[in-house]
Amino acid sequence: MNILSSFLPDQASTLAADVDQLYLFLIGVSMFFCLLIGGLVIGFVFKFRRRSDADRPAPTRENHGLEILWSVIPLVLVIIMFVWGAVLFYKQWRPPADAMEILVTGKQWMWKMQHPSGRSEINDLHVPLGRPIRLTMTSEDVIHSFFIPAFRTKADVVPGRYTRTWFTPTQLGSFHLFCAEYCGAEHSLMKGWVHVVEEEEYERWARGDDLDTALLSPVEAGERLFTELGCMACHNPDSGALGPALDGLFMSEVTLVDGRVVVADEAYIRESILEPMAKVTAGYQPLMPTYKGQIDEAQLMQIISYIKSL
Amino acid sequence: MTKSRTHYLNVNHTVGSWLFTVDHKRIGLMYLGTILFFFLLGGIAAVLFRVELMTPGSTLMESETYNRLFTMHGITMIFFFLVPSIPAVLGNFLLPIMLGAKDLAFPKLNLASWYVFTIGGLLGLGSIIFGGVDTGWTFYTPYSSTYANSQVILAALGIFIAGFASIMTGLNFIVTIHKMRAPGLTWFRLPLFVWAHYATSIIIILGTPVIAITILLVAIERIFQVGIFDPALGGDPVLFQHLFWFYSHPAVYIMILPGMGVISEIIACFSRKRIFGYKVVAMSSLAIAILGFFVWGHHMFVSSQSMYAGMVFSILSFLVAIPSAIKVFNWTATLYGGSIKLDTPMLYALGFIGLFTIGGLTGLFLATMAINIHVHDTYFVVAHFHYVMVGGMVMAFFGGLHFWWPKMTGRHFSEMLGRITAVVIFIGFNLTFFPQFIVGYLGMPRRYHIYPEEFQIFHVLSTAGAAVLAVGYLLMAAYLFHSLILGKRSSRNPWKAIGLEWTIPSPPPTENFIDTPVVDYEAYDYSLERAYEDDEEDHS
Repeated sequence: MNILSSFLPDQASTLAADVDQLYLFLIGVSMFFCLLIGGLVIGFVFKFRRRSDADRPAPTRENHGLEILWSVIPLVLVIIMFVWGAVLFYKQWRPPADAMEILVTGKQWMWKMQHPSGRSEINDLHVPLGRPIRLTMTSEDVIHSFFIPAFRTKADVVPGRYTRTWFTPTQLGSFHLFCAEYCGAEHSLMKGWVHVVEEEEYERWARGDDLDTALLSPVEAGERLFTELGCMACHNPDSGALGPALDGLFMSEVTLVDGRVVVADEAYIRESILEPMAKVTAGYQPLMPTYKGQIDEAQLMQIISYIKSL
Repeated sequence: MTKSRTHYLNVNHTVGSWLFTVDHKRIGLMYLGTILFFFLLGGIAAVLFRVELMTPGSTLMESETYNRLFTMHGITMIFFFLVPSIPAVLGNFLLPIMLGAKDLAFPKLNLASWYVFTIGGLLGLGSIIFGGVDTGWTFYTPYSSTYANSQVILAALGIFIAGFASIMTGLNFIVTIHKMRAPGLTWFRLPLFVWAHYATSIIIILGTPVIAITILLVAIERIFQVGIFDPALGGDPVLFQHLFWFYSHPAVYIMILPGMGVISEIIACFSRKRIFGYKVVAMSSLAIAILGFFVWGHHMFVSSQSMYAGMVFSILSFLVAIPSAIKVFNWTATLYGGSIKLDTPMLYALGFIGLFTIGGLTGLFLATMAINIHVHDTYFVVAHFHYVMVGGMVMAFFGGLHFWWPKMTGRHFSEMLGRITAVVIFIGFNLTFFPQFIVGYLGMPRRYHIYPEEFQIFHVLSTAGAAVLAVGYLLMAAYLFHSLILGKRSSRNPWKAIGLEWTIPSPPPTENFIDTPVVDYEAYDYSLERAYEDDEEDHS
């Protein structure tokens, strides 16, 4: 196991061992076929080497049974690989419902993380041991990719979209964080460390006990922006006049002026802030100005967090 | 030996006779010279960044230079070497001869394709001379369309134009195979080399227009700020990936299928056997060509593509493994009961089987979604596609070049040096790329100029391997060049092979066949007498 583990990265998340198991299965299958083909080729080359230029081998005899056999066996094997890989992928794709959300913004060439407590950090990510963590990610410029080898997790970070990944750390320590999608000159410097610490240590860190300044959670920061940008003027449940109320909006169904019904997810809210005319709610006039260029992706995420909390 | 016979090379020596030739054989040689130039260029780039990667920090160059070098390597090797390599050189030279024809269906279109390719290549070269491109050969948006500050337009234009050369060649091949087969040469008597080129031509014609349009859209967004791929302008960056891989995944088969055709020819000749399961091998080329168009999404499992789309692309990608596996098993079975001789071309063919097997099997890792998440965009992927593209296609190209060298040039190369070089290249290749599978799974991302120290040992091994590989290629260049001037003259059928190309003199006359041949035997019928006769008659 010791020799083997030097060819595998640290297994520091709940899914890492599962991924490695599948990997070792694939290596087993591959080695079997490499040895089979290699052995047969070398054996045949030796056994049937040309002894004289006048050698006349018997003509090739067709054997359909053999051909069917070596079509069906690989077919069965790849179906096993597909099912195993897809089932595990399904687990990698769906974060547990109780996962803690951390917001991630990628830009050339750094990672910014916002914790629920309000503490932010750059190119470092503190996470508590044993707690499921969900990352909601977007990019301010080009496509990046958030890659933690020790957790066997990776997801592209795409401008204009929110992508998601999750993990539950199972091992204390610091692990590599890489940008895996080529993003320009300093791509290979867009990396950092994931620090897995004990739950209590994380809580202390997240509260900012080691810092002087007060911190705002994304929800609090979003509320402040909401006020600063004057959103309250229209989106106020009391005024009820110009804009729709936002209470319980998140993930609810919204009927648009053209009759379509859409679900108010993060992407919808983001679009409504940046391009208000794209999807106007039924019963309201297209009055809202665009906020494109006035707020950055991190602030957008904060506002969305605030709206989600309403 | 006093007075030489007239053939396609000595019929006229003027430069004009080359530049305005419509002889498919001469055009094949012109392509050979052009693509070898790009192979050298791409190889130099690889040597430079491999030396840089021996140390984890920045030693010889800045990151911006490093990024331009790997981009230059990718673009020249893929668009200006691998895609045209076997079809435009060996296919051009051999396809009409294998069909018993005097030329391709459209000889002038064939010449035009070389000019178009060369113009595209010169633009690509220009993009390097005027500062290089730093987007990677994949041109991912919005980096390439908005953020990159390099010669993206020039390179894109070069690729766009070179694509038309591919389409012209593909069209020419399809029409020639349909209309110009010799009497008696039915579809199932065709050499597998021809079948492979038929399948390749179909992919070229269906796929190349898509990359041309995609690259053009990137240029339009870059120049006119029209929002297509950049979300800041209202575009969708993932749309680019769909369009790009819709061509670029089938392009992998454009690159490997002709190689498979070459391998079938070589294995049949050097084991004196008809390829086992001939029809299945021929049909598996078509199956790969068709399935190849429905698997592009396996490049996008982590791109934010939907999970269910991912699952569909995953299972379809696995299905491509079946016709590929069938080919490998059938080649192996062909050896059984044969009369096997390990001449230089055969060493390359057997090397191909080994390396392509590893390349194909590691493709299964990438089709497996859960594994793909971890190894996507790491050195594991780099190792995998080099096993297929270099271990497969480049081995096949050089195997084919050695096999048909006496036919093309009328000269023999040194068989001993040939065999030694084949072994050197095989060892160098494995030493270069096998460590990359391991370091990839350990988490080393690709396209990294600066990397963590714990990965250094694997990079040092890789660079050592690249040096061995470079020695192999230089050795090959030396003895092949030497053979052009001082090589022993070749007879018409030095390997005692069955194909129609071995029934005409080496080098062939301009019109290939004095009388149109009649084919009344199956492909690879090694019971025919001519596989056992000595043919010393056409030396003079």
